[in-house]
Amino acid sequence: MPFGNTHNQAKLKYSSEQEYPDLSKHNNYMAKILTAAMYERLRTKETPSGFTLDDVIQTGVDNPGHPFIMTVGCVAGDEETYEVFKELLDPVIEDRHGGYKPTDKHKTDLNPDNLKGGDDLDPKYVLSSRVRTGRSIRGFCLPPHCSRGERRAVEKLSVEALAALSGDLKGKYYALKNMTEAEQQQLIDDHFLFDKPVSPLLLASGMARDWPDARGIWHNDNKTFLVWVNEEDHLRVISMQKGGKMKEVFTRFCTGLTKIETLFRDRGHAFMWNEHLGYVLTCPSNLGTGLRAGVHVKLPNMSKQAKFDEILSKLRLQKRGTGGVDTAAVGGVFDISNADRLGFSEVELVQMVVDGVKLLVEMEKRLEKGQSIDNLMPAQK
Amino acid sequence: MKEGKMASSFTRILSSKRNVGILSLVGGSVAAGFLLHREHVTAGEPLRRRYPASAEYPDLRKHNNCMASSLTPAIYAKLCDKATPNGYTLDQAIQTGVDNPGHPFIKTVGLVAGDEESYEVFAELLDPVIKERHNGYDPRTMKHPTDLNASKIQSGVFDERYVLSSRVRTGRSIRGLSLPPACTRAERREVERVVVDALSGLKEDLTGKYYSLTLMTEQEQQQLIDDHFLFDKPVSPLLTCAGMARDWPDGRGIWHNNEKTFLIWINEEDHTRVISMEKGGNMKRVFERFCRGLKEVERLIQERGWEFMWNERLGYILTCPSNLGTGLRAGVHVKLPRLSKDPRFSKILDNLRLQKRGTGGVDTAAVGGVFDISNLDRLGQSEVQLVQTVIDGVNYLIECEKRLEKGQDIKVPAPIKQFK
Repeated sequence: MPFGNTHNQAKLKYSSEQEYPDLSKHNNYMAKILTAAMYERLRTKETPSGFTLDDVIQTGVDNPGHPFIMTVGCVAGDEETYEVFKELLDPVIEDRHGGYKPTDKHKTDLNPDNLKGGDDLDPKYVLSSRVRTGRSIRGFCLPPHCSRGERRAVEKLSVEALAALSGDLKGKYYALKNMTEAEQQQLIDDHFLFDKPVSPLLLASGMARDWPDARGIWHNDNKTFLVWVNEEDHLRVISMQKGGKMKEVFTRFCTGLTKIETLFRDRGHAFMWNEHLGYVLTCPSNLGTGLRAGVHVKLPNMSKQAKFDEILSKLRLQKRGTGGVDTAAVGGVFDISNADRLGFSEVELVQMVVDGVKLLVEMEKRLEKGQSIDNLMPAQK
Repeated sequence: MKEGKMASSFTRILSSKRNVGILSLVGGSVAAGFLLHREHVTAGEPLRRRYPASAEYPDLRKHNNCMASSLTPAIYAKLCDKATPNGYTLDQAIQTGVDNPGHPFIKTVGLVAGDEESYEVFAELLDPVIKERHNGYDPRTMKHPTDLNASKIQSGVFDERYVLSSRVRTGRSIRGLSLPPACTRAERREVERVVVDALSGLKEDLTGKYYSLTLMTEQEQQQLIDDHFLFDKPVSPLLTCAGMARDWPDGRGIWHNNEKTFLIWINEEDHTRVISMEKGGNMKRVFERFCRGLKEVERLIQERGWEFMWNERLGYILTCPSNLGTGLRAGVHVKLPRLSKDPRFSKILDNLRLQKRGTGGVDTAAVGGVFDISNLDRLGQSEVQLVQTVIDGVNYLIECEKRLEKGQDIKVPAPIKQFK
């Protein structure tokens, strides 16, 4: 429960066995790892702000999952969650992030000069390029746990920092609860507007409380740099443009993020980050870089190939429909992005996308001409 | 002794109506007293950013519900740091009303109770909400009458050419255990255990069986659907935002007697919902079984050291303030094709203190001129009074329908006085 800590004390009157959730029909990472014995050890703990084990796992208890898709099943309520409940979260992270160990260190690299190529993806195939990540402001509880006062403080700090951006990053903030009908329609047309979450995965964790209080969208005048405030994370930062110039998108992404981080620091605030987990976000699946770099790319022939999924897997890429996660591809156009988040730096992940998409487009061109793609098959990255 | 350890420890805390009376006298300082106790129990003070009440006060400018009408910044400031002994807070109580601004035409309640003490600790907000929702009933000065003596009912057997079915429902909460918005998994399972155990003691026409939502077979599920007994995970955001659907379907289930005339829902929106129903118009028998069944269940849980949440000012305590008092909805499915087209229909219902719904229940439309007609009121009148009101009212409606059939005119009855 978001705020009642006495509640956790009251719960301790019951034995661990009486409180342990029924996970017999569940298929998510939390359910895989949370044994009754572990529940007993962790149930007496709470983070300094009062986030408890049951708060962490509620979304995973309420959403048993899908036989094919393995969801995470737990969230963080604050930065300390990852420390206090590491006995549960370390194995969840290891499982979700391809074997990332509790002793591993995560490299952060936001220097776009380290990216090779990426400025020449064929715009006849690559319709748009986009890079997104999230950032959390240290010292404030995360969306599942924050109070209205905290959420509003995050909004205020963010809006003030963003207001100081200049040049091609100069922009404007639209609070969800104050926007006019005209502004709302424009944001929808630009594909910028985010809505109240409907996914039970998010709702069950308490992220949608008090909607739309203190939620909003900021974007630059050029409409190439966009920040969501208080949706699933404190901040989601997005750089995007039509066409295939991923290097440009990534450069603006890095420049913008670095500037924002400086502006926050000038005001006495840091982002949540540590050597082991990189950038700390609400969902364990977004740790590390929190980065998803992707393109909308036309691959009608490739997508019919039997080995399409295998190729993507070797390239460490994933496909989605053009509506984003859990949507279907339309007209042979796919959203192709990096599968990893943690254990690789930002540059490394974008490099994988750039190299991988270049290869996929080449394969598509071959298939169009009726040629074989056998000698283009990639090795496992 | 067969009773569990939990039963004895909880009943020791709040075993008698006398103790509850003491708690309500002490009022606000109870929270302070228990907060001190809590400090003694917890190792350290939880650290989090503290904002003044004015920074936490919800934005209710676009809201239309009873909570938003009554929750001034001053009341919020006074109550926002309080918690019930179980740790339930004001923010939790009002979350559903903050998240669901409401409808311009339909005024929802906008808050829930997490436990029995919520009605005491947050009385400053709950009392005006109760007053607004229950047409002026003032919990500070008035007493609620409880009367489950079905023999007092007059007439009560309807003309079955018009009345297709009769039904009475209410809810009951087990004292000492938190309510659905706040209960832990263990508490919810305890409610299930206590109630199922008691129900297994019912005999004769009340003998029945329990179907746990987690364990029922496909066949049992289909049968319950065909009987119109099965309830599903709540989808209404009014309920989900209050936290009532957590851990679904753990601890939830349906019990019914073999004759399928007495049915109990466990851990849906309340600890228990108790329903008596039959095809046809014998409301008197439906109510008689209702009262007999309720009293038997109460006796059986008392044998095991438990009791229902009840007090003099609020009657039976349930999750939603709209269901306080009797928690009773007595209704019929009745054919009123002509009357329902008469422009005076709504006024007639109003004056008779009745409400209409479609035959799918709340928020559904009527089909084929068949309406669900039931009492409007819950608090301030007894069960017998409310059921009598429904009986008298439905008889009047049938009379109107018959007159319209013969081409005769009908009269709008004088409004019934409330709070007899």
